[in-house]
Amino acid sequence: MSRLTVFTKDKQESVKELLYRDLERRIIASPTGLCPVDLTNSFVRLCLSQSCGKCTPCRIGLNKLVELLESVLDGRATLETLDLIKETARGIYLSSDCAIGQEAGKLAYDSITECYDDYKEHVVNGNCTCNSNKPVACVNLCPAHVDIPGYIALVKEGRYDDAVNVIRHMNPFPITCAYICEHPCENRCKRTLIDAPINIRGIKRVAIEKSKNPKLPPKAATTNKKVAVIGGGPSGLSCAYYLSLMGHEVTVYEQRKQLGGMLRYGIPSYRFPRERLDEEINFLLSAGIKVELNVSIGKDIEFSDLKKKFDAIYIAIGAHTDKKIGIDGEDAKGVMSAVEMLRAIGDGNPTSFEGKRVIVVGGGNVAMDVARSSVRLGAKSVDIVYRRRKADMTALAEEVEGAEAEGCNVVELMSPVAIEKNPDGTVKGLRVKPQMTSIIESRRPSPKNKNTDEVLIPCDILVVSIGQGIDSKHFEDKGIAVKRGNISTFDSAAVGDMDGVFAGGDCVSGPATVIRAIAAGRVAAANIDEYLGFNHEIVQDIDIPEVSFDDKVPCGRVELSMRKPQDRKNDFDAIENTMSDEEACQECGRCLRCDHFGFGAIRGGRSTKW
Amino acid sequence: MVKLVIDGKNIQVKEGTSILEAAKINGINIPTLCFLKDLNEIAACRVCVVEVEGIEKCVTACNNKVQEGMVIHTNSKKAREARKLNLELILSQHNFTCATCIRNGICKLQELTKEFGITDTPYNIKYEQKKWDNSIPLIRDFTKCIKCMRCVQVCEKVQSLGVWDIVNTGGKTTVNVRSNKKLTDVNCSYCGQCIVNCPVGALHERDDVKVVLDALDNKDKITIVQVAPAVRAAYGEGIGLKREEATEKKLAGILKSIGFDHVFDTVFSADMTIMEEGSEFLTRLDDIRKTGLPMFTSCCPGWLRFIKSEFPDLVGRLSSAKSPQGMFGALAKSYYAEILGVPEEKIFSVSIMPCLAKKDEETLDNNHDIDAVLTTRELDRLLVSTMVNPKDIPETEFDSPLGVGTGAGVIFGVTGGVMEAALRSAYFLVNKKNPDADAFKDVRGLDGYKEASFDFGNGVVVKVAVVHSLSNARKLINKVLKGEVKYDFVEVMACPGGCINGGGQIINLEGSDLAARSNVLYGLDKVNNLRFSHENPEVIECYKKYLKEPLSEKAHHLLHRDHIKEMKEQKALGKQV
Repeated sequence: MSRLTVFTKDKQESVKELLYRDLERRIIASPTGLCPVDLTNSFVRLCLSQSCGKCTPCRIGLNKLVELLESVLDGRATLETLDLIKETARGIYLSSDCAIGQEAGKLAYDSITECYDDYKEHVVNGNCTCNSNKPVACVNLCPAHVDIPGYIALVKEGRYDDAVNVIRHMNPFPITCAYICEHPCENRCKRTLIDAPINIRGIKRVAIEKSKNPKLPPKAATTNKKVAVIGGGPSGLSCAYYLSLMGHEVTVYEQRKQLGGMLRYGIPSYRFPRERLDEEINFLLSAGIKVELNVSIGKDIEFSDLKKKFDAIYIAIGAHTDKKIGIDGEDAKGVMSAVEMLRAIGDGNPTSFEGKRVIVVGGGNVAMDVARSSVRLGAKSVDIVYRRRKADMTALAEEVEGAEAEGCNVVELMSPVAIEKNPDGTVKGLRVKPQMTSIIESRRPSPKNKNTDEVLIPCDILVVSIGQGIDSKHFEDKGIAVKRGNISTFDSAAVGDMDGVFAGGDCVSGPATVIRAIAAGRVAAANIDEYLGFNHEIVQDIDIPEVSFDDKVPCGRVELSMRKPQDRKNDFDAIENTMSDEEACQECGRCLRCDHFGFGAIRGGRSTKW
Repeated sequence: MVKLVIDGKNIQVKEGTSILEAAKINGINIPTLCFLKDLNEIAACRVCVVEVEGIEKCVTACNNKVQEGMVIHTNSKKAREARKLNLELILSQHNFTCATCIRNGICKLQELTKEFGITDTPYNIKYEQKKWDNSIPLIRDFTKCIKCMRCVQVCEKVQSLGVWDIVNTGGKTTVNVRSNKKLTDVNCSYCGQCIVNCPVGALHERDDVKVVLDALDNKDKITIVQVAPAVRAAYGEGIGLKREEATEKKLAGILKSIGFDHVFDTVFSADMTIMEEGSEFLTRLDDIRKTGLPMFTSCCPGWLRFIKSEFPDLVGRLSSAKSPQGMFGALAKSYYAEILGVPEEKIFSVSIMPCLAKKDEETLDNNHDIDAVLTTRELDRLLVSTMVNPKDIPETEFDSPLGVGTGAGVIFGVTGGVMEAALRSAYFLVNKKNPDADAFKDVRGLDGYKEASFDFGNGVVVKVAVVHSLSNARKLINKVLKGEVKYDFVEVMACPGGCINGGGQIINLEGSDLAARSNVLYGLDKVNNLRFSHENPEVIECYKKYLKEPLSEKAHHLLHRDHIKEMKEQKALGKQV
C-alpha cells in the first residue's frame, strides 16, 4: 500500500460529471408552468441522493419529505400533511449539520410557503394549478410571441422575405431586433437539452440582411377613426403600424427632430446602423402613418386638445429623463448624463471627446453604450466606475467584454462620493470610496465600504449612466394615473378609467427592452381597435416548410462574429457581422421545431392571426 | 409527386401526404391509436412509429409527411418493438377490466393489444383514480383514459367549446374539464361527440338500462317506448344486423318481444313538431324580416344548451316548439293516457335516442313526461342482455295512435332534414297545396354550412340555412350578428351530420359511415306514401280529437317551451345552462 496515491480519473466519476452537465442544461431548458409540488419532489430526491447519510434530518428527513410530497401528488394528503411538510422542511434546515441538508430543507420550505395555493389545490381538489399550455418555449418567452420556429424554417430554405413577413406579423421591428434584441426567446430553448440554444437573433439578422422585398400586408378599408400616438419610438410606431393596417387614421406626435425614440437617441449606431433604422421606420410609415415631428404634448399641444380631436390615444413617451447620482459636484462643467450624450449623437452633433479622460458611472447596458461611444468620440481613456463587482453588472456580459476589448477600463467596487471641480468649474475627477462585496440582498451581492481611504479618479468628462426616468408630469396633471413616475395601465394597455386612452412601452414598464415596448404597442393596437368598435384580424398565411427527421447530433452554436476591436473602435459603423449562408443553414438546422415535435403538435404549433 | 419505398414497395404519392396515408393507399396498414384524421394528428401515443432508413430515431406515421427518397419499414424489429413498448406502457396505466367495460369489443386499445399479440405486460398496473359525478349524462372514467387527447380536440375544433383540456404537468398530465372545473360548471353541450370519438371506455353515457329493465318488470306500470328516426339508421351495426335487416319494423318487433307494452315512433311527433314549428315560423315571419334575425330550430338539445350558454341574448329566436321527444312525452301522458283511460302516473315512458343531450332534456322536464332515455348504444346493450336473438324476431308495425310517421318526419335524423320537412309543410300552409316532395333537396348533404333560398310563390321567398356541428353554428351566428348574412329560418344540429352521428349512436372504431346512415333515412322517406307531415293521419286525428289546431292553447301548453324562462330558472339554480 503506497503512502500517497496520484489522483487518477475514475471512469464512473467522469460519466457522472457529464450527467451533471446534461442536467444543468436540462434545468436551464425547463419549460415554464411546471407543477411546483412535482418539481420540489424531484429536487428533494436529488438532494437526498447527495446526502452523505451521516445525519438524521438529511438522511431520514428528506426521505420523509419525498413521501409526504408524493402523497400530495397522489391526492392522499390532507391540509395537516402540508403543515407537516412545512415543519419537517424547517426542521431539516435548522438541524442539519451541513449545507446539503440545510439547503434542501430550505428549498422545500420556500416552495411550500411561496406556492402554498398550488399545494392546497392538490390536496383539496386533487388538481394542479399548472398546465403545459405554452408549448413552444421561444414563442412563449418572446414578449411579442413571434413565430420563431416558423421563420427559422423559412431562413433555412432561403425564403428571407417570407421570414421577415412572418416576424412583422407580430413584431414590426425585425431589423431593429436583429441587431439589438435581448432575445429572451433563447433563454429556455429546448435545443439546450442537446447542446446550446439556437442563435435566434443571429438567424433573424440573416433574414433581414437577405430579405429584398418584404411586403406590406393588405390594409383594411378605412374606418374614419382617428388615433393619436404620442411618441415615435418602437412602442408608438408598432401601435401606429398595426392600427394603420386596420384602416384607422393614425398620427404620431414626436417631440424630437426624428422618429425612433431610444432606438435613435439611446442606442449608438455601431450597435444599430442609422440607415437600417431609417429603412425600418420608412417601411412602417408606408402603411400610411401621419407624423408630426418637433411637437411636444404639454408644451405645443395640450393633451386635452388631443383628446377632443381623436377617437383614441396611445401614450408611448418612453423613459427619456436622466437620473442624478445625488452627490456634490454634479453641476461641474464636463458632467453630463447618458441621455444627453446619446441624444446628441442621435441627432448627429456629438461633443468631441478627443484626447479626454472619460469616466462613466454605472454598470448597465446604457453605461456600456456610453463608454464605447466615448472611445469612438476620441477619448484618451474611459473608466467605467461601478460600485459592485463586474460580475454583478446588469449589462449583458458580451457588452462588458466588448467595451473592455475596445479599451475601456472597468473600475469595479468603487462607490462615487463626490465630483471634484477645478477652480474654473470644470470637472477634476471622481472621488470614490473603495468597496468590498458583501451579503446577497434581492439576489445580488451588495457592496459595503472597505476600510481604506477614498481615491480620486481624475477625468475631464464624467457621464452619469445610472438609469432613466419618465417625463409623465403633464399626463399626471391631466388625470392619468401615475405610480412612481410610471403611467399605470391595465394589462389591456388601457389607462385607468380614462376612456379611449391607452399607454405602453417604457413609460409604463419603466426602462426596459425594445421587444417589450414593441409587444405593448401591438397589445394596445388590438385593444384600441376593439375600443373603436372593430375586430380587425391581422392574418399571416405564409406556409411554413415541413420538418426534417434528421437525428439531432450535438453541434456547436454559430455565434455572430465582431469586427476587430482595433478597427471598430475608431468609427460608429456596425460592429457585428452576419452569418454566412452555410453557417445560417447549419444554425437553422439545429432548431428542434417545437411547433411540430412535442406539445406544439396539439394545437398546431402556431397562431396565424390575432 | 414524391417517390419513396415502404416495406420494399416502390411507391409514388402526392406531396404533402402523410406516411400513414401513403402506406394505406398502398395497402400497408400502420396501426394507430390516438390518431383522428384532421382533428388529432399529434403523435401522442407513439403507436404508429415506423423506421426510416438513415435515421436513428423512429418517426411517427400519422403526423409526418413523406419525403423524396425515404425508405420506410413499417414492421421492422425497431418499429415493432417501439410500438409494442408504447402499447405496454399505455396498458400499464389503463384499467383493463375489459370483460366489464362498456366498450368491450369496440375498443381500439383492446383491438391493438390483440393485434400486437400482447398477452402479458411487464409493468405494474397503476392507473389514475379521480371522482366524477355519475348522476350527469356524461361520465368520465379516469381509470381508463389513455390521454390520446381526441376528446380535447373534438370539443375544441368541431364544437368550439373546449370543455376538455390537458391539465397538470409532467407525469401527472391528464385530461379533465378545462381549468379543473366541474363539468356542470362549464359550457358542455352534452353533444357526446367526445364519447363517440373516445377510442376506449374513458367517456361514456350514464347507463340507464337498469332503470328501464326495472320498469319492464314492474307489473303496475304501462311501459311505452318511442324510437327516434336516426336510431333505425344505426342500431343494427351494434348487434350484427345487416343494414337491410335492421329495419324499423324489426326494431318494433324486438321492443315488443322484450316486454314494452306499446311501441311507438318518434317520427309521429316529429311530424307534430313540423305542424307546430312550421305554423310558428309563418306567424313569426314579419318579425324575422323586421329584426333581421332568423328563427332557429329547437329540436336538438345539444344546440339548445349551446345557444343558452354561448349566445343567451338569442334564446328568444328559438322556436318555442318542443323537440319530437318532448312532444311525444307530453302527448303520451295526456292524450294517450286519456285514450287508455289510465292516470298518467301509471305510464312509464321511455325514449330511444341517438343522443346524449336527450338524457339532459329529460331531467329538465319538470313534469317528467319522459321517464328514461336510452341511447342507441344502450338499446343494443339492452337487447343483448335480454338474450333476444333479433334475427328470430318478425317485423312488426308500430302501435297506434302514436305510431304512424311520414317521410318528412323520418329525415329529422339527418342534417337538413328538419328544414326540408318544415319547408314541405310551410309551403302547403302558404299555398294550400303540396309542393313536389323533393323540391327542397338543396338542403341535403353533409356540407357543414348550407344556404338555400326558395320561392313559395305569392311573393314569399324564404331564405334558409342549415348547419351541423357547433363550430359551424357559432360561425353562422357570428355572421348573423355582424349583419353579413340574413336568414329567415335556420336549422342547427349539434353533431356533425346530425342525429345519424349523434353522441348516443353506435360507435365504429374506424368512424361511422354517415353516408350509409343518411341513405337509410332518405330511402325511407322516398318509399313512404306519406311525405308531408301535415298528411300524417294520426297527427290530423290528434289535432281533431285533442289539440284542435297548431298553436292552439292546448298545443301551447303541451307542445311548447318558454326557453327564456327555463334559462333563467336554470341560472337561478346556479347551473351553466
